[in-house]
Amino acid sequence: MFDFLEGYDLLGAFWTTVQLTVFSGIIALVWGTILAGMRVSPVPLMRGFGTAYVNVVRNIPLTVIIVFCSLGLAEIFGITLGAPNDFKLQGFRLAVLGLSAYTAAFVCEALRSGINTVPIGQAEAARAIGLNFRQVLTLVVLPQAFRSVVGPLANVLIALTKNTTVAAAIGVAEAGLLMKEIVETEAQLYATAAIIALGFVILTLPTGLFLGWIGKRVAVKR
Amino acid sequence: MAEVSVTKDAAPAADELVVLKNVNKHFGALHVLQDIDLTIARGEVVVVIGPSGSGKSTLCRAINRLEGIDSGSITLDGKPLPAEGKELARLRADVGMVFQSFNLFAHKTVLENVTLGQIKVRKKSKAEAEEKARALLDRVGVGTQADKYPAQLSGGQQQRVAIARALAMEPKVMLFDEPTSALDPEMINEVLEVMQQLARDGMTMVVVTHEMGFARSAANRVVFMADGQIVEQATPDKFFTAPKSDRAKDFLSKILHH
Repeated sequence: MFDFLEGYDLLGAFWTTVQLTVFSGIIALVWGTILAGMRVSPVPLMRGFGTAYVNVVRNIPLTVIIVFCSLGLAEIFGITLGAPNDFKLQGFRLAVLGLSAYTAAFVCEALRSGINTVPIGQAEAARAIGLNFRQVLTLVVLPQAFRSVVGPLANVLIALTKNTTVAAAIGVAEAGLLMKEIVETEAQLYATAAIIALGFVILTLPTGLFLGWIGKRVAVKR
Repeated sequence: MAEVSVTKDAAPAADELVVLKNVNKHFGALHVLQDIDLTIARGEVVVVIGPSGSGKSTLCRAINRLEGIDSGSITLDGKPLPAEGKELARLRADVGMVFQSFNLFAHKTVLENVTLGQIKVRKKSKAEAEEKARALLDRVGVGTQADKYPAQLSGGQQQRVAIARALAMEPKVMLFDEPTSALDPEMINEVLEVMQQLARDGMTMVVVTHEMGFARSAANRVVFMADGQIVEQATPDKFFTAPKSDRAKDFLSKILHH
């Protein structure tokens, strides 16, 4: 029944999807955390930058960002992320850049809502023992904020997994692009769609369940 | 409350530790601190009392700049309070603060609560910090709870941990912002006893409280505030037996005799 798949690298394509998700996820988590720090910073310039970044980036369609990374950054400005001649690698890295930049805005906002769940007294007590702003944030506020937003962050990660299909727009050989190729040459439209859909569910369902379990385990008792 | 007798020295010689001069603060239209002048000597225990909304908590919080002030000056051990940044953080480490709602770090164990500042601000080694933390926790009577999380402790225990956390920084002065107001009645004494002991040991303390028993037995001086002003200050004996101002008389008549 699945003979038509012969000759297509289904596992390889999903492996690329996983790689895009993992790399973009890590970078987005770090960058999003820094952005959230900026958004609650006492320095107006940093606050302004954080707010502007989030409001600009999360309102641009991801396709536009990814295509801009390829056409704008790589072809016009020559930013090839260390792979000027290897177009496969260059496309992959540019896709990771675009996905991270985009997802970081959502990580930032999830985290900021987590920061709002931490009682103000926690930060006051931290300041009162002489911790500076960065220490208050990294030692007291963010660890508690993260624990309260594991669920929303799982949503962001699941959305990111599915958003990696947009990388097909610049030719990254992930699952979405493979589906397009199969559909164009084979007749089994429904079967193809079902297989790709199943692949994504296999990736995202355990992620959601696992992070839901983690979220319950690390919740801060007050 | 806990009638532990305390030797009440006359206010120690003029070694000024905390000096507030002409301090003003507004919350919008509310003039919450009005021309406050207050000097606290080293080793002195000052209890601030007054009706709610009189600005006592704000005064307490202004001393380590958790609340900024609009005008005037506050100096600690001869140094003016810096406005922001690293200098301010360093100064805050020298001022211990105990809050009404304890504010123990909810994601850290009792022991970690007491070692955090020592390690990150005082740059002590972990072993050194833990040794001191355990000694302090024993001193306030919660040594056996060191590995629990704050939410597993009673309010009285949490507040005693909070006192240990502040003491771990070896502060020059301790500020208590209504430390017993959020406690069940049977837990108030265990906290007050720790504070009495601190006072006996010569710690400089500013205590905002409604515990008149503590004020009588442990304070060198009572400061009575109303409507953002210091209305009256006197030794506890004088204040409780013969208040001068009508405002203080009125306040005392409402809280005593029942």
